[in-house]
This record gives sequence, structure tokens and C-alpha cells, in this order.
Amino acid sequence: MTAAGVPLSWYLILAALLFTLGAAGFLLRRNIITMFMCVELMLNAVNLTFVALAYHLRQVDGLVLAFFVMVVAAAEAAVGLAIILTVFRNRASVEIDEVQALRD
Amino acid sequence: MQLWLIPAFPLLGFLLNGIFGRRASKAFVNAVAVGAVLASFMWTLKTLGALWPLDEAHLERYFTWIQAGDVRIGFDLAVDRLSAVMLLVVTGVGLLIHIYSIGYMAHEGGYYRFFAYLNLFMFFMLTLVLAANFLLLFVGWEGVGLCSYLLIGFWFLKSSATNAANKAFIVNRVGDFGFSLGIYLIYTHFRSLDFGEVFDAVSRLPVEAGVGTLTAIGLLLLVGATGKSAQIPLYVWLPDAMEGPTPVSALIHAATMVTAGVYMVARCSVVYLHAPLAMEAVALIGLATAFFAATIGLTQFDIKKVFAYSTISQLGYMFLGAGVGAFGAAIYHLWTHAFFKALLFLGAGSVIHALGEQDLRRMGGLRAKTPITFWTLLAAALSISGVPLTAGFFSKDEILLAAYHHAPWMYWAGTLTAGLTAFYVFRAIFLAFFGAPRGWSYAHESPPVMTVPLVLLALLSLAGGFAPVSRWLAPMFPAGEGRHETLPVAISVAAGLAGIVVALLFYVARPGLADRVAARLGALYRLVYNKYFVDEIYQAAILRPVITGSENMLWRTVDVAWIDGAVNGIATRARAAGDVLRRIQSGDLRSYAAWVLLGSLALLLAIGLAGGGR
Repeated sequence: MTAAGVPLSWYLILAALLFTLGAAGFLLRRNIITMFMCVELMLNAVNLTFVALAYHLRQVDGLVLAFFVMVVAAAEAAVGLAIILTVFRNRASVEIDEVQALRD
Repeated sequence: MQLWLIPAFPLLGFLLNGIFGRRASKAFVNAVAVGAVLASFMWTLKTLGALWPLDEAHLERYFTWIQAGDVRIGFDLAVDRLSAVMLLVVTGVGLLIHIYSIGYMAHEGGYYRFFAYLNLFMFFMLTLVLAANFLLLFVGWEGVGLCSYLLIGFWFLKSSATNAANKAFIVNRVGDFGFSLGIYLIYTHFRSLDFGEVFDAVSRLPVEAGVGTLTAIGLLLLVGATGKSAQIPLYVWLPDAMEGPTPVSALIHAATMVTAGVYMVARCSVVYLHAPLAMEAVALIGLATAFFAATIGLTQFDIKKVFAYSTISQLGYMFLGAGVGAFGAAIYHLWTHAFFKALLFLGAGSVIHALGEQDLRRMGGLRAKTPITFWTLLAAALSISGVPLTAGFFSKDEILLAAYHHAPWMYWAGTLTAGLTAFYVFRAIFLAFFGAPRGWSYAHESPPVMTVPLVLLALLSLAGGFAPVSRWLAPMFPAGEGRHETLPVAISVAAGLAGIVVALLFYVARPGLADRVAARLGALYRLVYNKYFVDEIYQAAILRPVITGSENMLWRTVDVAWIDGAVNGIATRARAAGDVLRRIQSGDLRSYAAWVLLGSLALLLAIGLAGGGR
């Protein structure tokens, strides 16, 4: 019942795969920029489910939420990149394991 | 008639002296303090004159004091014949003692403080006397207790004075506990605390044969009275209260406050008449106190202690009178006792003022140096000994006569006590004023501001008995007072005279005889001299267990082990838990992310197990 005959479950499975990839990358990679991209991946996976479900249920709510997520993601990217830049300037490194000064 | 003005004047005096007295001159303090009591006295006279002959109680309701649910307690004052007698005693004797204090306290520090407290005492005492319900009476009752505490501990740098003040206050708490229970019981039973309503309700009840509510009320009120009026078993605070300045002893611990218990019992006469067992208890306690306190008075050497035990003993007489149904006679004795006992104390104060010494063994031969003090004290001594036609004669014999009609053995015990009374009072007089000086070189008569009150009180001690107080009060107390008989009166007078003669023999005619008799009696003398070791017995039987129990049970077990243990235990557990949990905070961002993931999964699992989102 979806566009071009692609069933809803395919969208959801794809979104789940993307999300899992994002989460796994976030947990396993050490480069902050890569981790950052993984966060974007997870956000977009969620966006995909929103949009797919909105289309499926013929409701506009999911589309609105997707726009919100995009706005937040844009803001997050701006702030996040600025932080990463500052970390790199101070430490000459973007390895996440070296940034743990708040431990104690 | 503006009854409220009577206590209001001293209250105003207290406020003025309390607030401005420190910077004001002595003349200002004197004028305010004495003026306030004088105004109160004058207003009392005017009120009584206007209401004369006061056949009915005159009640004035001012405002609702407490309103909670169906409890309504008003600020009501009333005056009837009983409170009229009390008003005259309190304001009249109070006025004389205020004047006397000007001289006695002239060289003391805290002059304004003394007079402020004294005025505050007058306010509370007059509230107590005028109160028209139990709660207002209780306010006055507690207030005079507070002032008693403040004035006993007036010289608060002396540890013996502050100890005595604490003792008086704490012992009175025991009595007041019983008193307040009595008030609760009255309220739960009669749904009112108004004297008029309660006594009306009581008078419609039958006389209780056994122990019932009225007996319980009577006994609880009696507990309160034994505290305030220094009766067995709570009398122990009064001798120590002599640490206060002597005018305080005269005003509070002889003439007025300590008689509040007698007043209260007389006020509740209807209750006691309907509870014969409680009434018998009043008589027995009074008689026992009268006798035991008199025996202790025989052996004391501190002149104020002698008179303190005498006060306890005379208060015992009043309770005896009330207990045998002669309420009028009890109040009559209260009236005459106020004069001669205030005079005894003020005279003792005059002696102390002259010598700076209160041990009878270091006095002697003061007659020539302080003639006015001597003659006035002699008048008081004759009166308390019941020498015919003095004030004490009329009231004491009326009580003894009533006791005679009630139970002859009570009469005999009372008569024996009368003999002892005469002996110890004259012993004090003879030791102080006769013989050769023992260890003093300089003494002077007190100034007129002190001797004039002495003379006035001496006149009242001699002639105050001609005021027919008990006959005037008779309509208030339904029980008839026994018919007059000559023989019992003659015997009790003879006992008093015998006491005087024996004292004369022991201390004037044959000095040294007293010591030989004391040595002969040995153990008995030491027992009495040490006041039957009552303080020590209370220490061992009550205070020691309470203190040990408090230390071991309340302090070490309940407080330290349980309460502190619980508080510290919770803190220790929280700390230990924190020690474990802080390891999660590694600073490693990826481990945080792993926790978030695990948490989300756990949440999803939980929601799934709980049956999904909807």
C-alpha cells in the first residue's frame, strides 16, 4: 500500500539497520568525527521511520517531527563541530579515549 | 465595675519598670511599683465598697479567650466573698511588703528588676484570685509559679539560689501535672470550665460513696494544691525557697502564693463535699504536714528556715480545716496567717538587715538594739501561738474545734502541733533577742520605711481576728460549722501557752538545757534536725533512678544507640552505595553510550514484557 509497491516493513527494516550501524559505529569507533557521523546516521534512521509511518498512516505528525529532528540535527552539528575543533586545538588529537578529564 | 483594673495596675507597673526601670532613678521605680499596688488596693476597696455586702457573686465577662470546636473559654473575672478576702490579703499585705522592700532592697543590685518581678507577681496572683474559670485560674497559678522562680533565683550568681529556684519550679511541675489532669477531667465530665456551671452541675450530683469521678477530680486538684501550697509530699521546695530576698519570702512564700492551694480547695468546696474520700485526704495531708513541719521547725537554726517550716505547718492547718469541712475557718486562718507570717518574715528580714546574719546561734541580745523589730515580732509570735484575743487565736481554734467535731484524734494532734508551734516561734524570738550577744558587735534598727509596715502588720496580727471572716463566708459553704465548746479551746490555748513556757525555760531561764535535752534524745534529734532525711530519700528513691534511667536508657540506648544509630547507619549505607556507583563514571564517553544503550534496551524489554505500549 505504499509508493511504488514498497511495503512499510522494508522501510522499517532499513531504518533499523541504519540505526544499528550508527549505534555500533558510535560505540566502537574512537575518532570523534566518525562518532559524530554515526550520530547523524542514527538521527536519520529515526527520521526515515517517522516519514515512512507518516506516509503509511496518512498523518502529518510524523513529517512535522522529522522537520524538528532536522533542525535539531543542524544545530547539533554546528555546536558539535565547534567542540570537536576546540578539542583538536587543545590536544592535537580527536581520539575519544584521550578526552576523559571529567572522570574524577 | 471594671474588675480587670485590679490586676491591670500591677501589670502596668511591671511593664513600666521592666522597660524603663534600668535607666530610671530609684524614686521612679519606687513610685511606679508601690503606686501600682496602691492603685490596685484602692480599686479593690472601691469595688468591694460598691458591691457590698456581696451576697451574690459579681461576674464580668470580657471576651472569648479560646474558641476551638465546641470549647469556649472566656476571659471572665468574678468577685465573691471568698475572692474578696483574698483580694484584701493580696493587695493589702502586698502593699505593705512593697513599701518594706524599698528599705530592704535599698543597697541591692537589680533594684528595678526586683520591683518589676514583684509587680508581675501581683498581676498573676490577682488574676488567679479573680478568675472565673479553671483555665484562667491556671494561668494565674502558673504565672505566680514563674514569678516565684524568678524571685527565688533573684541573686542568680549564687548557685544555691538558682538551685533552689529550679527545685521550686520543678517540684511545682509535679503538682501542676496533677492539677492540669484534674482540669481535663472536669472538662471531659462537665463540658465546661466555668466555676458557676461546674459547681452547679456538681451540686446536683449525689454524694459519692466510693471512688468516682468527683473523688478523682478532688484528688488531682489536691495534688496541684500540695505542690503550690507546700504540703506533704511536695513541700520540699519551700524551705529552699528562702534563698530569695526576705520580702519575697514574706509575700510569696508566706502570705499569698502558697495559700493559693487553700484558696483553690475552698473554691472547689462543692466538689470536695461531694467526694468525702478526697476531703478526708485533704484533712489527713494537712494534719500530717502541720505536725511534721512543726517538729522540723523545732530544731532549725536558720531564722528563715524556722519560719518556712512554720509556714508549711500553718498551711497544713488550713488544709486540715478545709478537710474537716470548715472551709470558712481555713480561709479565716489564711487571713490571719497572712498578717502574722508576713510579719514574722519581715521581722526576720529586719534582723537580717541589722546583722547581715540569719543563724540564730550567732544572734542573741538584740532586744535593746532593735526594739521595734522585737516588739512587732513578739506580737506575731503571740498571734501564731494562739494567745487569746490575738488574730491567730480565733482562726486556729475555729479549725481545731471543727477537727474536734470531725474526729477527736485530729483535734489532739492539732493541739499538740499548736504547742510545738508556740515553742519553736518563741525559741527563735528568745534566741535572737534575749541573752548575751553571740558573735556580733554592731546592729542597727531598720529605717522607718521598714518599721512602719512592721507596726501596721503587728496591729493586724493582734486585731485582725476581730474581722468575722468565717461568719461572713458561711453562706458560701453549705456545711455547718460545729457549735462552740469551751473545753477544747481551753486545752489548745493551754498547749500554746505551755509551748511558750517551755521555750522560756529552755532558752532564757536555763540556757544550756536545750542542748542537754538534744544530746539526750540523740538519734531522734538528729533525725529531726536533718529534716527526716526527706531530701536524701527523694534523692535516692526518685532522682537517682530517674537520672540513671535517663542516662542508660534514654541517653545511651534510645538516643545514642537507636536514633543516632539509625541516622548514621543510613548515611553509611548511602556512602557505601556511592562508592560502588561512582565507578560507572569513568569519563569514557563510549562506556556512557553503552550504558545508555543497555538502559534503552532494558526499558524496551520491560515495556514489551508489560504488554506493549498500549
